[in-house]
Amino acid sequence: MAKQISVFLENKTGRLAHVTKVLGDAQINIRALSIADTSDFGILRLIVNDPVKAYKILKEAGFTVSETEVIAVRMPDSPGGLAYVLDQMSEENLNIEYLYAFLGMTGNDALVIFKVEDFKKAKIAFKAKGINFLDEDELYQL
Amino acid sequence: MLYWDKEKECMPREHLLELQLRRLKEAAYRVYAFVPAYKAKFDAAGIKPDDINTLDDLKRMPFTTKQDLRDNYPFSLFAVPMSEVVRIHSSSGTTGKPTVVGYTRKDLEIWTELMARALTSAGGTKRSVIQNAYGYGLFTGGLGVHYGAERIGASVIPSSGGNTKRQIMLMQDFGTTLLTCTPSYALFMAEVMSEMGVKPSDLKVQSGIFGAEPWSENMRREIENKLSINAFDIYGLSEIIGPGVAIECPYKCGLHIAEDHFLVEIIDPVTEEVLPDGSQGELVITSMTKEALPLIRYRTRDLTTLNREQCECGRTHVRMQKVMGRSDDMVIIRGVNVFPSMVESVLLNVPGVEPHYLLVVERFGNLDQLEVQVEVSESIFSDEVRKLEDLGRRISKDLESALGVAVKVRLVEPKTIARSEGKAQRVIDKRNI
Repeated sequence: MAKQISVFLENKTGRLAHVTKVLGDAQINIRALSIADTSDFGILRLIVNDPVKAYKILKEAGFTVSETEVIAVRMPDSPGGLAYVLDQMSEENLNIEYLYAFLGMTGNDALVIFKVEDFKKAKIAFKAKGINFLDEDELYQL
Repeated sequence: MLYWDKEKECMPREHLLELQLRRLKEAAYRVYAFVPAYKAKFDAAGIKPDDINTLDDLKRMPFTTKQDLRDNYPFSLFAVPMSEVVRIHSSSGTTGKPTVVGYTRKDLEIWTELMARALTSAGGTKRSVIQNAYGYGLFTGGLGVHYGAERIGASVIPSSGGNTKRQIMLMQDFGTTLLTCTPSYALFMAEVMSEMGVKPSDLKVQSGIFGAEPWSENMRREIENKLSINAFDIYGLSEIIGPGVAIECPYKCGLHIAEDHFLVEIIDPVTEEVLPDGSQGELVITSMTKEALPLIRYRTRDLTTLNREQCECGRTHVRMQKVMGRSDDMVIIRGVNVFPSMVESVLLNVPGVEPHYLLVVERFGNLDQLEVQVEVSESIFSDEVRKLEDLGRRISKDLESALGVAVKVRLVEPKTIARSEGKAQRVIDKRNI
């Protein structure tokens, strides 16, 4: 389990630059990100080293921000690594809302951030299938 | 206290009509004798003051428009010499030359009395602490409320507009019981209060009088809930006298127009025909008792209806419905009249949506497009695109069925729509028509 910071951005030049500058000025390191966009707006999703602080300073800077629970899944950084995880999830009927890759290195492993429909079910299934996911502290310290 | 001036506010209709006829005749004689522009208008319409024998003759008299005030800028419509004028106010002049209005000492006395009636109707007494956050200056809101509030003997805090954090501090420290400002500013104050961590229960404010811009019933509920107060609508315009032309009573089923001073009609804004009571149309006011600037059949551009049935409060004066919007802030899109207040009503029915919105009208080719910008607050934000798009679609569907025209909803970041400390700008029309 991990906390993702989601930020609402209008589709205008300079908005992403502004968010990243606010985070940079507060010494917050971005570890993973993805942007879901439409023609009018985007949603920036971030994994940072200090989500509590990031949430606070972004809110103070006037952004619409929310905290979202996600799962950071560890898998072998080799062909078929993600396919195996997805296949297992499909077997368990686990619905995925979205996913994106983590930037940092963890040895021979890759990390993928998942937002799933049902967290409890996902955790139980991952444990049963021996799929590794990081707990919050581990993730932020990478 | 129920009334400020029971004798006038509850005057039997037949006495009121006699008084009106006498005052209308006097006004006609005065403008005909002292205002060359009115003499010319009366002559062109083929009517003389002597021809006015019944109130029904009003409809034979010529209209006055804002353009007449501009054409006679600044003082040519005044019916008294400047030595008799003791106060001058002026409109903001957002749509061209400002309009200038003047008051004699007696005009100010009447205005003060009307505001005393209005404040009393909203629960004001000499024990009230009234914070007047209407702008003081050329705008009539500030000084108009001020003198009325002093007349009833209340303790007046002339805080004027702006400096919102200080307004809230004054409210807390001075124990404000009655707030007066524009409705959009009241909502803005509620927003700042919540940012400052001030709860309505920390304050003593019981009621508020809000006006100077059209606002919906939904916005009233929003203000009443967020500030935990009783919100009253007030109507007025500087051309006629300023705030205090009409005020809601505690029954809130229309605003009582001070008919002992103002004669009102509803007309079709296009054909200029007088419409029967109950029809919606443009409010036309004749300010019968004004000395400095009496106006005959002034076209307010405000759309409303009149109700002459006796009100439960005991006042006999006609009631006008809450103004639906001004015809100059009305936008026509593909032949459909759209009022910002209609958009507001729809938005306030969507849970979590804040009443900060902006209508942007643009023309692409020959097709007009109405875009409604809505701020995304934390309560409606989702990290999933699908959910936000669903919300946008739902709002646009609701707007379309309420307005009868296609609407593009654009979700924007919070606080990007300009907050106003006076009249809110709700429409940007980019078409060159």
